[in-house]
Amino acid sequence: MTLFLIVLLPFVGALVPALTIRAGRDVCAAATGLISVTALGLLLAQAPAVMQGEVVHARLDWLPWLGLNANFFLDGLGLLFAGLILGIGVLIILYARFYLSKTDSMAHFYTYLLLFQGAMVGIVLSDNILMLLIFWELTSLSSFLLIGYWRHLPEGRQGARMALAVTGMGGLAMIGGMLILGDIAGSYDISVILENRDAIQASPLYVPALLLILLGCFTKSAQFPFHFWLPHAMAAPTPVSAYLHSATMVKAGLFLMARLWPVLSGTEIWFYLVATTGLVTMVVAALIALFKDDLKGLLAFSTVSHLGFITMLLGFGTPIAAVVAVFHIINHATFKCALFMPAGIIDHEAHTRDIKRLGGLRRLMPVTFVIAAIASLSMAGVPLLNGFISKEMMLEEASHTVWLGSDLFVPVLAPVGALFSVAYSFRYIGHVFFGPVRTDYPAKPHDPGFGMWIAPAFLVTLVVLIGVASDAMVGDLVATTSRAVIGSSELPYYSLKIWHGVTPALFMSIIAIVGGLVLLSAHRPLERLWRAISVFEAKAVFDAVVESIAAVGRRLTDGLHDGSMSRYAGVFFVTVLAAGGLAYFGGAVGAPTRDPLPIAVVPAIGWLLLVICTGCMIAYHRNRFLALVLMGVIGVIVSIGFAYLSAPDLALTQLSVEVVTIILLLLALNFLPRETPRESSQGKRLRDAAIGVVGGLGVGGLVYLMLMSDFAQPTISAFHLENSKTGGGGTNVVNVILVDFRSFDTFGEIIVLGIAALVIYAVTETVLRGETGRRLARWMPPEPGAGDRHPLMMVVATRVMMPIAIMVGVFIFLRGHNEPGGGFIAGLIVAIALVMQYMASGFAWAEARQRFPYHRMIAAGVLIAALTGIGAMIAGRPFLTSAFGYFQIPPMEEFELATAMAFDVGVFLTVVGAVMLSLESLSRIARHAGETVNLEPMDVMPEETETPEKETQ
Amino acid sequence: MNHWILAPVLLPAMIAALIVMFARHEVERQRVISILGTLALCAISVWLLMLAASGAIEVYEVGNWPAPFGIVLVLDRLSALMVLLTALLAIAVLLYAIGSGWDARGKHFHALFQFLLMGVCGAFLTGDVFNLFVFFEVLLIASYGLMIHGGGKQRLRAGVQYVAYNLLGSTLFLFALGAIYAVSGTLNMADLAQRAAEMPADEAAILRVGAVLLLLVFAVKAALLPLHFWLPATYSLTPAPVAALFAIMTKIGAYAILRVYTLVFGPDLSVMDGLVGDLLMPAALLTLIIGMVGILGSTELGRLAAFSAIGSMGTLLIAIAMFTPEATVAALYYMVHSTLATAALFLVVDLMTEHRPGAKGKIIPSPFHRYGGLTAALFFVSSIALAGMPPLSGFVGKLMIMDAARDSDLVWWIWAAILITSLIAVVGFARAGSSVFWKSAQEAAVEVPAHDDARQSESLALTATIDIIGAQVVVTELAGPIAGYLNATAGQLYAPAQYIGAVLRLEQG
Repeated sequence: MTLFLIVLLPFVGALVPALTIRAGRDVCAAATGLISVTALGLLLAQAPAVMQGEVVHARLDWLPWLGLNANFFLDGLGLLFAGLILGIGVLIILYARFYLSKTDSMAHFYTYLLLFQGAMVGIVLSDNILMLLIFWELTSLSSFLLIGYWRHLPEGRQGARMALAVTGMGGLAMIGGMLILGDIAGSYDISVILENRDAIQASPLYVPALLLILLGCFTKSAQFPFHFWLPHAMAAPTPVSAYLHSATMVKAGLFLMARLWPVLSGTEIWFYLVATTGLVTMVVAALIALFKDDLKGLLAFSTVSHLGFITMLLGFGTPIAAVVAVFHIINHATFKCALFMPAGIIDHEAHTRDIKRLGGLRRLMPVTFVIAAIASLSMAGVPLLNGFISKEMMLEEASHTVWLGSDLFVPVLAPVGALFSVAYSFRYIGHVFFGPVRTDYPAKPHDPGFGMWIAPAFLVTLVVLIGVASDAMVGDLVATTSRAVIGSSELPYYSLKIWHGVTPALFMSIIAIVGGLVLLSAHRPLERLWRAISVFEAKAVFDAVVESIAAVGRRLTDGLHDGSMSRYAGVFFVTVLAAGGLAYFGGAVGAPTRDPLPIAVVPAIGWLLLVICTGCMIAYHRNRFLALVLMGVIGVIVSIGFAYLSAPDLALTQLSVEVVTIILLLLALNFLPRETPRESSQGKRLRDAAIGVVGGLGVGGLVYLMLMSDFAQPTISAFHLENSKTGGGGTNVVNVILVDFRSFDTFGEIIVLGIAALVIYAVTETVLRGETGRRLARWMPPEPGAGDRHPLMMVVATRVMMPIAIMVGVFIFLRGHNEPGGGFIAGLIVAIALVMQYMASGFAWAEARQRFPYHRMIAAGVLIAALTGIGAMIAGRPFLTSAFGYFQIPPMEEFELATAMAFDVGVFLTVVGAVMLSLESLSRIARHAGETVNLEPMDVMPEETETPEKETQ
Repeated sequence: MNHWILAPVLLPAMIAALIVMFARHEVERQRVISILGTLALCAISVWLLMLAASGAIEVYEVGNWPAPFGIVLVLDRLSALMVLLTALLAIAVLLYAIGSGWDARGKHFHALFQFLLMGVCGAFLTGDVFNLFVFFEVLLIASYGLMIHGGGKQRLRAGVQYVAYNLLGSTLFLFALGAIYAVSGTLNMADLAQRAAEMPADEAAILRVGAVLLLLVFAVKAALLPLHFWLPATYSLTPAPVAALFAIMTKIGAYAILRVYTLVFGPDLSVMDGLVGDLLMPAALLTLIIGMVGILGSTELGRLAAFSAIGSMGTLLIAIAMFTPEATVAALYYMVHSTLATAALFLVVDLMTEHRPGAKGKIIPSPFHRYGGLTAALFFVSSIALAGMPPLSGFVGKLMIMDAARDSDLVWWIWAAILITSLIAVVGFARAGSSVFWKSAQEAAVEVPAHDDARQSESLALTATIDIIGAQVVVTELAGPIAGYLNATAGQLYAPAQYIGAVLRLEQG
């Protein structure tokens, strides 16, 4: 339970800074510090048990389906790391309180810091590798916020992005590695995985898993060649750098290598990959560090170098090397943190971190000097300080390591790394603190207040104490942790004493220190040489790579998605044809079971007309009116075709739909250019034509196949034919299907129609308010009108037609259930009758004579249809269940009433409303374009002689 | 027969009609009716989910005609889940639309919104392929109306492309249905499933063509490459709340694929020969790649969000294309995540656009007038969600998908695609966020007095956005129980006999 608390505390506590900042910066810092202290206290309470060799477990099922569970455990390794994270965290919080300036938002800073702290603690306590992955990525994300904290600095932003990209990449690779690892071990729980060493190393997937996991570790721990992000992360405020680079973020990779050391290490590939990478990193980074003028840059590369140091030790794969690694982790955390903090102090006080602009600070900042000097000496590996002991032990291990058959490679390179290390450590002291006091510091440096130096001072005390009495100070901790790393209670023999006797390591140490001092004395000429030969800048490469990927992305996305509809459609057709072809040629088709009908004269004429019209359409489609006429012809032939093929309902519907659409399209076309502009080049048109021809042939072929063979299986339509009269109460099966069998479809379709009308209305409203509306207002008809917009003859004729048409509508409606007809057709017919009035006398005149708003007509239609259906529900039947009965009112003949008729009324109303609302919308456009509103039904009233009054709206 | 199954379809339809009937001119009244209706829909869908969770498959025979002759609505675990997801998303989006004042920028927003809900719920519930077509039409036309809501030249132009492209899809739908009906003689999914299984091999070609064309129709809706071309312009130019609601629209395509190609043309169906998965998987991988690369390549926030929607669909379709129960559990979990995450991002992008009028939605530094800090936090979280980084549901979903991909032949491709594109997305989001939020801080902050406020109650909009993000947190936390439900859901999908038996009233056993 306590483990959950330890992990959760920083996350929950991340809210605290924001809540307490109003009470002042001291309260905020104290509250934040209290959270870390509490977590640390909880951790230490567990420490005695862990030191006894116990492992504390806490388990909570989260997603057992996947094996992702909130399992935590605390062993020696977890204890060490969690202790470092929380302990140094407290010091950082204290330090940051005085480091941050008044303009920096402290609440943000502490929030990010606690999030990061929580993520780190989560990593080191996880007993589930998926859980660990989550925390792992969380450290990437929260460190992104921390590094980019000074968001006004371009370096901060770039550094943050680079860190996120590199460590994020590693984290993602690790996901793959962990999934493989879990698969081999049969569990994602670390405690289980650790017991499956043989299975894991025997698995053929061991190598990919190892590579992916190491990629994660190396990127996180800034191992060569992924080291380049770390120095750029130095743009962060110093407390962040100190925290990330001493005890936390970059140690996460080391932690994981140590955590999985029992199962992953000991193979050749592990040795060559890890040890070599560590060695190369140690040497290369140390060399670079020597020539860094930025104080934090120097420390950054020194961190990289020391991380390489530890990685190499872990890579050796021997228990004793692992012990040394553990010991150096402790030592590095203490002295490195104690080095960063003075760097921040110097930056804070002198307003520069450039070594070339510093020097002579020994007298001006004595306290800082003492702290920095002790820590530097420890880093250099000078006796009596903790860095010395672990370095000695490392050199000892290196001295008898054989690499690719050579027993000189590692023993030579390791002291070289140590030598560089000595050089840059002394440079930190020599070039910053010694030398003459200068007069040209950007600001006058002096020692900071107590609050800023107490934290590093505490750390250097540890450095000295561990250096002098290492066994007493950390002997137990090293032993417990090492047991956890090695995965066995048997520790190899080692001694944490200062004096190991006259060993090869001692000589190497002496060579390193002397050589380092020599190197430093020749720093100036060497630096010139270094500047001359080092042209490679990792950041430039990284930026170039990211930029080029982004540019490719931009070209790809913008190029592919350029808004060309013809190309989009082309891709659509090609895809459909290809996939359809693939499906077709993968299966068999039965032989045709039907004979083709003989070619009769009438269908042949219709066919010819269709072909001609379609051909003309291709040739003349730019002339929009002509295209509309051709469409009309095609529509009529289709209607006739329906009639000819004994589908009178379809024919009627098609015909009335044709009429309405053509009228509406004509009205719309009035305001559009007469010609469609040419937009495609000849080549594109040819391409599109080819696609079109193939597509047409494909569809034709499919239809041919469908027509030439019978249903492979019995169709459901037999049921419809049988039950139309008995179950649906109508002999017109088409109508019964529409209003009964599949009335739910119809319900949906009338809604589609209604929505379409509402959309037309809404678009018209919107468009007329905007730029298009202003353009319309300036619109002039391309050619003069007929001058007789509402001719007498037409007005009279439509008036006569009106009652007849409505009567026909009613008739069609009523007969619908048994004969061709129905609400849909009736609605269209009545709508056409109304449209005719509007055409004859103008919309405004006609509209003024009917009061029912079309919106409501649509809504009423939908509601009536729905309520009809609900009626059945009230009667205890499913929605839209129909009922019918036969009634007789003398002297009439028996007639039938069906609830389906009420439904059909809904259909009828929706259709009329939708058509009329569309018409109204178009008429609004017309009026906007300056069309006059007539108050009289026709232009020339027969009983009047003067010209009718007109007024513009 | 449980009438409540019908409610998710009927209720929004009637609410919409009532709004048109009685509240056409008063936005306030529309809002009240719309919210009440959507809340009721939420309550009903929760109840339906509880009903479905028992494992029973409820069938509703509309018009009292038995399947396959009439139309049936079917409530199983999957449809209940999708309806609930729709309802919950809808209420948040609705609040945002009201809070941001988007709904008052044109006519009939609420009516169209409710009609869209009707179409979406209908598509999830129907057990009839032709009825599915009808609902596709309902939601297409309603979404078109919503998409061009508020007008503007670019938006109208994109709207034309949207509707034209989707009408191509609708036409193809009819071809597919024609082909399927021509050989099988039925339209009911359960019936079709039985008949497809019994289809003689020498008659299979047309059925295969029909099945594949149908897949392409759904692929258009799901924005699967190379049929996704309608999406970038549409989503980036759509009013934000509508774009957020559209997060569920692409899922309809994914849902339909899952439904039809487990129930009707299942992975083991001999006449299909695994063709569906073979077509789907490479396309899904490409979709993922193009989507995530698009995030990095976008110069506008709207397009960034649109491409992340595509990428998210790619991930989802990869999981679906595997057609195994494990992968389907992962897919469904990811589907829930993807819906919420995409919706949240669109709303956040809207906040970023509205409060940074200088940038006009471009990814360039430009000072915020208000809510800079809060928006930054919301963008950070939404990006994490969409890039699939922890601790949100995207990461869990991705892990589940990768875990389930183990048995696939293409496991390395899938893993590589998912991981590498995640990195690209992370970099893309980081670049965009750094440019919009961090670089803007460098510019002199312009203090602008409260701007002409079309956006009525900002806090409502912010709350709605935070709610959707909060929902993702809940989905993450409850991953265990949710996975349990989804496991049972996948169980239902891959044992379609229960579904078929329930719909066709076959005797069990």
